[in-house]
Amino acid sequence: MTTVPSTQPGQASARDRVGAVAAGAVARERSGSSVELRGLRRSYGSVVALDSLDLALVPGELVALLGPSGCGKTTALRLLAGLEQPDAGHVLVDGVDITGRPANRRDMGMVFQAYSLFPNMTAEDNVAFGLRMRKHRASERRARARQLLELIGLDHHAQRYPHQLSGGQQQRVALARALAIEPTVLLLDEPLSALDAKVREQLRDEIRRLQMEVGITTLFVTHDQEEALSMADRVGVMSSGRLEQIDSPDVVYSRPSTAFVAEFVGAMNRLPARATEPGQALVLDTPVSLDPDSHLPMGAACEVLVRPEAVAVEVDPSGVWTVVSRSFRGGLTRVVIAGAPVTGSGEDLTIVADLTSAVATGMTPGVRVRARVTSQRLMLAAPRAAAA
Amino acid sequence: MAAVSTAVPLPVTTGFEPRPRRGGRVVGTARVVIFVLFAAYYLMPVVAAFEFTVRGTTGYNLSSWAYILSQPDLTATLGLSLKIAVGTIAISLLMMVPTVVWVHLRAPRLRRVIEAVSVLPLVIPAVVLVVGVLSAFQGLPNVIKGTPVILSLEYVILAMPYTYRVLDSGVGAIDLKTLVEAARGLGASWLEVLLRVIVPNLRSSILFSAFLTLALVLGEFTMASLMLFNTFPVWIVQVGQSQAQGAVAVSIFSLVFAWFLLFAFSLLGARRRGSRRRRSA
Repeated sequence: MTTVPSTQPGQASARDRVGAVAAGAVARERSGSSVELRGLRRSYGSVVALDSLDLALVPGELVALLGPSGCGKTTALRLLAGLEQPDAGHVLVDGVDITGRPANRRDMGMVFQAYSLFPNMTAEDNVAFGLRMRKHRASERRARARQLLELIGLDHHAQRYPHQLSGGQQQRVALARALAIEPTVLLLDEPLSALDAKVREQLRDEIRRLQMEVGITTLFVTHDQEEALSMADRVGVMSSGRLEQIDSPDVVYSRPSTAFVAEFVGAMNRLPARATEPGQALVLDTPVSLDPDSHLPMGAACEVLVRPEAVAVEVDPSGVWTVVSRSFRGGLTRVVIAGAPVTGSGEDLTIVADLTSAVATGMTPGVRVRARVTSQRLMLAAPRAAAA
Repeated sequence: MAAVSTAVPLPVTTGFEPRPRRGGRVVGTARVVIFVLFAAYYLMPVVAAFEFTVRGTTGYNLSSWAYILSQPDLTATLGLSLKIAVGTIAISLLMMVPTVVWVHLRAPRLRRVIEAVSVLPLVIPAVVLVVGVLSAFQGLPNVIKGTPVILSLEYVILAMPYTYRVLDSGVGAIDLKTLVEAARGLGASWLEVLLRVIVPNLRSSILFSAFLTLALVLGEFTMASLMLFNTFPVWIVQVGQSQAQGAVAVSIFSLVFAWFLLFAFSLLGARRRGSRRRRSA
């Protein structure tokens, strides 16, 4: 399973990169392994948690699985870790089928959502635990543990017990413990969700830095889209046990392949529209193109998905919309407007718009405004029931 | 017997917590009063019993204590009871720790069933248990049937309500699933998970469970008597038939002995924790 990376002249190998970080501390023989989940299926009674999942990770990349609770992302990770067995399908690492291999022989490092440090061991003993299981010599274990603790900036806390560490420190030690065994794959199961916002942001950057420096293939499970979009090389969005889309963060955000992805990733408005001709519709009195898969008869009513940044709002005393609220977010200001100019149903329609703060000046609650859509191409929204 | 969890981590104090003020003083006084009341409730019978053992016709003397200490059966019966207790504790823990862990990990729905089963020894009369065990173990070799080993096996059942509850609450106080999965992911076999991760984190529960079993064995009379083993409690009853003050003296002796062992167990746990901290400091 071991592969020796081909190193170009002038290009640092994974070993060199890690050495630069920890003074040759974590000597690695590889730059990451390829991972393939092939047709994985797992159900609990009548509930299908994972429905024929196909996913491939190239060596050294960080893939984030993103989705709502119960979408199957953690199940996928646990199947890869060997903590559960699939009903069908295969798990391959570097082309070797490890589906039936128990968790303790998979050589994978995992960081859990819950604090998982062994309470009876110091930070150093925790980091060295995996090496102890692999029968490394005590001096070697201690040296490696020290180097990894240094790598995460906690070498001065080596003799502290978990209850003497903060949540962020515990998760960093857990990360060092996972990396200490030089795993083929690093698995992160929402490791930041129990932390407060500031620590979460710091640790997010730290994990990404370490992952890139070590060059380890990483699968990261999260329900936090900001985490997924900011950290991952590729983001896989899951729903109901299926992978809806996997792509680079910018593609997932700007060119979602399904209505679910479009609505799940980032904020999204559902606006009423009317088809004017094949592939064309009128939204907020703005003519737009619909995506090519949309087949609507002329005059048909529908709903389209519009990002907040694709809504333009201008102050207009004769406008049919009224500003409901605004929240300043630095360079951008989020403005919420309401009105019932399109539906004519009497029910207020609410639109969220992200405007540059300079443009939003003067848009206080109660001010009349007009709105239009700036996107050229829009996606049809999924039916309400399905979206719920 | 209430289940006691001692595995809950103590809160970390910084030493700079604000001191309680007026309300705190009232609470403090109430604590002292309650403590004194409970101490009096528990100690007064012991003190009264001790007074009885030293009461003589013309004043106080230690003749009853001298009498029991001069009895050759004291050390023999106490030794037998301690051996049975050690055997019972070993069998109980070897059976119950993996069982409780397995139930928590793999069959949490069975917890209620096992809990209900575990209290059965409390409601089944000792005679029935003795007859049942003898019938069940009829086919076993004489090295078990004809020796105190059989009594240990009986006491394992008798101690089950206490050991199960103590271990169950201890396991419930740790994030067992996560710890086990973390250890497995790091390459630990199931045995290594048990010995290096679970048992050290259940030390308090295990020690407390062992002490409860010990106390039970040192006080159990009916089964030992029915099975014709001359254990410490059986000997106490025999002494009581001829020397009432001696019997009470022996009872107090066994109580103090049990307390001494309890402190020894607590000290053992505390020392291990302390030495671990010193080593890592």
